[in-house]
Amino acid sequence: MGFYVAQFLGGLAQASSLFIVASGLSIIFGVTRIVNFAHGTFYMVGAFVAYSIADRVAGAWGFWGGIATAALVAGGIGVALERLLLRRLYQSPALFQLLATFGVVLVGQDAVLAIWGPEDRLGPRAPGLAGRVHLLGQAIPHYDLFLIVLGPVVLGLLWLLFHRTRWGVLVRAATEDREMTAALGVDESRLFTTVLFLGALLAGLAGAIQLPREAVTLHMDVAVVVEAFVVVVVGGMGSVTGAFLAALLIGQLQAFGILLVPRITVVLAFLVMAIVLAIRPYGLLGRVPALPRGTADAVEPPLRPASPGLIAVALALTLVLAALPVFAGDYVLALASETLIMVLFAASLQFIMGPGGMMSFGHAAYFGLGAYGAGLVVKHFGATMVTGLVAAPLLAGLAALVFGWFCVRLSGVYLAMLTLAFAQIAWSVMFEWTAVTGGDNGILGVWPASWAATAAPFYELCLGLSIAALLLLRRIVFAPFGYAVRAGRDSPLRCEAIGIDVQRFQWLAFVIAGVLAGLAGGLFAYAKGSVFPTYLDVPVSVDGLVMVLLGGVQSLVGPIVGAVVFHGLETQLVRLTDYWRLVVGVIIILLVLAFPQGIAGALGGRLRSGRSGTGEAGR
Amino acid sequence: MRWSRTVVAAGLGVALRVALVGLGTAPSPAMADEAVKIGEINSYTGLPAFTLPYRNGWQMAVEEINEAGGVLGGRPIEVVSRDDDGKPEDAVRAATELLDNEKVVALAGTYFSHIGLAVADFALHHKILFIASEPLTDALTWDKGNRYTFRLRPNTYTQAAMLVEEAAKLPARRWATVAPNYEYGESAVASFKQLLKAKRPDVEFVAEQWPVQGRIDAGPVVQALAAAKPDAIFNVTFGADLAKFVREGSIRGLFDDRSVVSLLTAEPEYLDPLKAEAPEGWIVTGYPWDQIQTPAHQTFLDAYRKKFGEAPRLGSVVGYTTFKAIAAAINKAGSTDSDKLAEAMRGLSVASPFGDITFRPGDHQSTMGAFVGRLAVKDGHGVMVDWRYDDGAAYLPPDDVAAARRPKD
Repeated sequence: MGFYVAQFLGGLAQASSLFIVASGLSIIFGVTRIVNFAHGTFYMVGAFVAYSIADRVAGAWGFWGGIATAALVAGGIGVALERLLLRRLYQSPALFQLLATFGVVLVGQDAVLAIWGPEDRLGPRAPGLAGRVHLLGQAIPHYDLFLIVLGPVVLGLLWLLFHRTRWGVLVRAATEDREMTAALGVDESRLFTTVLFLGALLAGLAGAIQLPREAVTLHMDVAVVVEAFVVVVVGGMGSVTGAFLAALLIGQLQAFGILLVPRITVVLAFLVMAIVLAIRPYGLLGRVPALPRGTADAVEPPLRPASPGLIAVALALTLVLAALPVFAGDYVLALASETLIMVLFAASLQFIMGPGGMMSFGHAAYFGLGAYGAGLVVKHFGATMVTGLVAAPLLAGLAALVFGWFCVRLSGVYLAMLTLAFAQIAWSVMFEWTAVTGGDNGILGVWPASWAATAAPFYELCLGLSIAALLLLRRIVFAPFGYAVRAGRDSPLRCEAIGIDVQRFQWLAFVIAGVLAGLAGGLFAYAKGSVFPTYLDVPVSVDGLVMVLLGGVQSLVGPIVGAVVFHGLETQLVRLTDYWRLVVGVIIILLVLAFPQGIAGALGGRLRSGRSGTGEAGR
Repeated sequence: MRWSRTVVAAGLGVALRVALVGLGTAPSPAMADEAVKIGEINSYTGLPAFTLPYRNGWQMAVEEINEAGGVLGGRPIEVVSRDDDGKPEDAVRAATELLDNEKVVALAGTYFSHIGLAVADFALHHKILFIASEPLTDALTWDKGNRYTFRLRPNTYTQAAMLVEEAAKLPARRWATVAPNYEYGESAVASFKQLLKAKRPDVEFVAEQWPVQGRIDAGPVVQALAAAKPDAIFNVTFGADLAKFVREGSIRGLFDDRSVVSLLTAEPEYLDPLKAEAPEGWIVTGYPWDQIQTPAHQTFLDAYRKKFGEAPRLGSVVGYTTFKAIAAAINKAGSTDSDKLAEAMRGLSVASPFGDITFRPGDHQSTMGAFVGRLAVKDGHGVMVDWRYDDGAAYLPPDDVAAARRPKD
């Protein structure tokens, strides 16, 4: 009995920690609609600042003063982020701010490394709370009890702030209807700045209070941000109370889950999220969001078929690329093959994000399963490369068929997070099912067949398949099917009224994207010679998102430009400097500021509006 | 549609730029005094705590080699180093670049096991020597071993075997294990169980925990272990997980009156952050750099401290020895031909700061050993006491037995 109580209390302490970091994220999203990847950076900075102060100033002042200072510093960074960067992007397409915050994450990682150095740091225990109490024969740390109290206290304070102050009322109003609040004369930009301050402050606080419990490391940011997103989405985005319930649920399931199935912790939170979203599409306490009015992506200018000029240029480019092996070495060809594969991957993602209007945070699932499709038939059946490249899109397409059925029932960030949940579930299957997949040691020896063993023919194969896939996607977008999908994105109600089954079309689009991502994954497996679970992991999904957003979500040329620029930047800079993440991050931020519609999207929009004299909607 | 033309033109420009990168580095014939290039790949941004001291180590080795006249009768060694960002696919890309653009004659490095395996498979496919310095997975030299791949560090099995020798002396009969849930943790626990059961048929394993690497939920894990009432615990977690586990475990009294046997814990990379909270009495593997009195180590230690002004980590020794081994292999082969280099590596003996080591001809595993001892706290820092150096050769399975586990060439 005592044991279960102790396990319950451990779960509560964990839940409190989770809740405090997630509440900040939820508040920021609720008001500004920004999917803030940099939330983990605030958390990490909070932990490092608190460590530094507690390390220099001994005793209670150093510890508690350090926590308070850390929270304020993180809040200050939040304000700076809003003022200098995010403020300029509120008119950009949905999710574009995500790209900016991703740049901030990269900069933050290198900045923290430069300031604090590479070593893990273990902070002091909390003065006055370093001991333990015995409860029913079990030892419970004082600090756990402190955390258990702190979570509800923060929840209570936030409730008072939101319900008993004018500021809180305005924030709630903005959460419900941003445009109406602005129309009534509320200074939106001040509101947003203060909201970022509060959200970042909570993240910094959450990081700082972990000081007595865990080492401060350079990996804290990424580890926490995904978990915080899960809590926010399970709770319902923008609902602080929902985040509290979700944190409780996940904390307790973790605490008791490890007793029954110790290995389940790897995927438990994502399983919970998938189940909750399948039952409650807007999370535990989330509401159906009001349709945004007058934002940049409310009315998309329709896509236009390629002009003769574009076709000519594309043909010329294809010819140049086809002739590349004549004057390029093996490495350039390998790099070019890889870039083409990334173009294909990005194009498949752009197909569901742009024309399909479905965000995905988990597109790596289909890329990775494609790689496994090829790897598994090689490993278990000694299959040829052609068979492998058929198995790749098949396995990925099959997964997209199943996962897509659930995903298209949701919308917006919920849909995106469900794709992430499925990607993580698929990842954990590849990771844990060692007998079949080789676990984290992966599948080796997936090299191209003899006819494509050298760099040149393999490159031509990648070129041929990528171009064929790009043409196919273009054809689909301009076919009646594509028009139906785009119509479903722009006006689901009218579509339903004229008899188009929107979800069914979205589902099909999802499968098409999965199949093509799978093909990219299959090619990638042969390009690298091996397949690992990391191919399905979050960073690959994020890379895909970054490429699509950088190029421009609504431009068919976008993913090509985005993939070439991002992949080119990463692969070239990593050779030149130790601080390549910093440089890539800064470049992304600059690109985001220079092209708030994505590179291709912005160039297209600027030239188009310059010529026809009509500004873009929402400007 | 002028705009799309602009975009495509921009894309074309980028593509051409990418293409031109390759043109600048045309191959040139080898000269008598031209540098011998070695490619090096590691997780510099992903794991700076290990890789930065490691880089210091190999830089020092390369400097020493070149000051002593280089290799092949006067050619200096030049290392081209790349970051793999902790991703196997990036490591393979870097390997392609090093091989094709930089014309390196051998590859070295890597930290994570799966990245080591990816590069090893690349080495086999492209027929180039690869010295895996840090990855610990048994598969690298056994089940997935290949002709061109050699490994420096004692693998998981060997280190577990060293600890089992101590574990078997303990009176403990009920054991619990806690390990990160990936191959390293799994094979460490599997080897430990198998070897301990062989020595002590009376022991039983009563609980196991598999926290996610880097994300241990330490409170509940500690409770769950304590609930099984083990006499002793085998720990495989390291880094940030270890710090969290130690803290929760000591505050909740998990380690009171219990023996703990723990892998890698006294390696300075993982021990130093614990400071005065280093768990006293744990039986651990590690690197007591401040207490090793051998001349070989003293020379290394003095040179390292003089050059970098700080104490070496285990990574420093690994980086240093890896490149000493490569230089020795090149000189022994008298050539930079991959097959001759691989042949030279088999049975190669190299002087390391830990004494002479040999790359076994059968399974390509070096006989570098590890230090086994107990943890104590001195002047606010964790130190190893009652330690000894275990030679890898004494704990590895016989060379021919291990060689039989390898795929046929």
